Amino acid sequence: MFKYISKRLLMMIPVLIGVAFIIFTIMDFTPGDPARLILGEYAAQEDIDALREEMGLNENFFVRFGTYVKGAVTGDFGKSYRNNLPVSNEVGSRLPTTLKLTFLGMTLAVFIGIPIGVLSAVKQYTIIDNVTLIAALLLTSIPGFWLGLMMILFFSLRLDLLPATGIDSMKHFIMPSITLAAGTMATLIRMTRSTMLEVIRQDYIRTAKAKGGNEKRIIFIHALRNALLPVITLVGVNFGILLGGAVVIEAVFAIPGLGTLMIGAVRAKDTPVLIATVTCIALIGGLITLIVDILYIFIDPRIKSQYVKGSR
Amino acid sequence: MSEKLLEIKDLHVVYETDEATVYAVNGLDLVVNKGETLGLVGETGAGKTTTALSIMKLLPDRIGLIKNGRIQFEEHDITKLSEADMRLVRGNSMSMIFQDPMTSLNPVLTIGYQIYEVLELHNNKMSKAQISAKVDEILKLVGLPPERKNEYPHQFSGGMKQRVVIAIALACEPKLLLADEPTTALDVTIQAQVLELMKGLKDKFNMAMILITHDLGVVAQTCDKVAIMYAGEIIELGSVKDIFESADHHPYTVGLFGSIPDMTKKTRRLNPIEGLMPDPTNLPKGCVFHARCPKCMEICKTKKPQSVTKNDHMIRCHLFKYA
Repeated sequence: MFKYISKRLLMMIPVLIGVAFIIFTIMDFTPGDPARLILGEYAAQEDIDALREEMGLNENFFVRFGTYVKGAVTGDFGKSYRNNLPVSNEVGSRLPTTLKLTFLGMTLAVFIGIPIGVLSAVKQYTIIDNVTLIAALLLTSIPGFWLGLMMILFFSLRLDLLPATGIDSMKHFIMPSITLAAGTMATLIRMTRSTMLEVIRQDYIRTAKAKGGNEKRIIFIHALRNALLPVITLVGVNFGILLGGAVVIEAVFAIPGLGTLMIGAVRAKDTPVLIATVTCIALIGGLITLIVDILYIFIDPRIKSQYVKGSR
Repeated sequence: MSEKLLEIKDLHVVYETDEATVYAVNGLDLVVNKGETLGLVGETGAGKTTTALSIMKLLPDRIGLIKNGRIQFEEHDITKLSEADMRLVRGNSMSMIFQDPMTSLNPVLTIGYQIYEVLELHNNKMSKAQISAKVDEILKLVGLPPERKNEYPHQFSGGMKQRVVIAIALACEPKLLLADEPTTALDVTIQAQVLELMKGLKDKFNMAMILITHDLGVVAQTCDKVAIMYAGEIIELGSVKDIFESADHHPYTVGLFGSIPDMTKKTRRLNPIEGLMPDPTNLPKGCVFHARCPKCMEICKTKKPQSVTKNDHMIRCHLFKYA
């Protein structure tokens, strides 16, 4: 188990370096001189040349990337081109907000999506099933930013119930997390429904019925755990999607999280900040996937035995 | 005359799908006495499993329907029993062993729990410790070490899984056991072990059993009575002696026995029954077997044969007219 986790953590290193490399390359190809960005449009050419030399911008592309990675490994992600503050501070202060938003969104999606999915499978072909189908279709088809804007219009401007922007209280997180959760919730409803229906047809469910168990017992003890396996994978994958979605939602609700930071960095060609934010999101995505894989062991004994064998 | 445990009268079961209505069981009559083993034999699609599922009331939801008939089990008519009442019967006084042990056990629950569950459901008075002790006892009975009760189905071989399935079915000492091809998925040596085990347990608990199988050898070894099914009907019913030794048989039974290769004779080819079972969505008029019957007469194509009984040996064919 320990060996497996360390192996997985080690495997994330090349992924993160790869992500950093891609962003680094893209930013390098885009026009614009960082030194000029920092010093401003009217700076003297000598000053700019001096700063370029100081920042090592005249070095070969690979040498520069190497220097960046070396710095990053020791915890130095460089300084923002825009305000000269250390990137790690900047990311560190905004990361909790994004994580909070993502986790709230995911919690909402899981705790609403999965029960509704189960219900619609159990009540297959009834009115409940059809209504959830339509609701899920609506939720997937509505773009997140539009839903967000509509909610602001309705709940903030018309009803004046919820604040439209900011992060001062939990109340501020209600609309953003609902907006963020919508798509994932719909996916979870549909996925849970279909895996549930598949599991219900299995022979072991018939065996359970033949024992004389009631419907509740059959669903919760026998079917749900088996049906949840693919759903959990989906939750893991969707975490990445939610982190990405947070970028858009943060812009809609003016939330100072990683997403707004990232968009600002793209606009200003703030390479150090951009690399740090993207890599940070990649890191969280990787960690979540690992957690999901570990969760599997507790849900599916078949996987556990495989992995005990593998780690020996 | 021994006491009747199960009596099925004129059972009709259909599967209603969007495309067609499948007539799976058509007017089946059957009696099983206490402690008796009945072999239900027939080719795939004859309605054997459907019959068993009807007795358990486990036909697929919304699709499988009992259209007509009575299933009298002890003092209940199962067809009229509510789902809640039926749950008290299922797994308790009547239980079923399913065809494929590989898929009949829940992969995420320990085998110990899966046996525990059925006991817990039907024994309100027993304490947890008592039930656990009983689980151990049952595991020993089916020849599995009780220490392995905390393991999961994937850690067991096919034969062992079937023993677990049998343990679940027998846990509450049912009066009637429905065994749906309990040995089909197992290899021959394990088959023999499992059959021996079931036979022993059946005698121990004095339970009645309906054994569904294609294997006439198994029937000869284990059964008291045999019912031959074809296209949802019982076309011949009698004691093992009647079926295996009597001179009079339904032509289908003759064909069935004819298709078993004889070890002592040199034959180049097997002797199958020509043709296929009739389409269950569109059953033929007259005798269901007439299209494949070597002794088909004009009357067979138009008139359904009535059952003819001589000394408890029933044949449903126009060739026989005792009465």
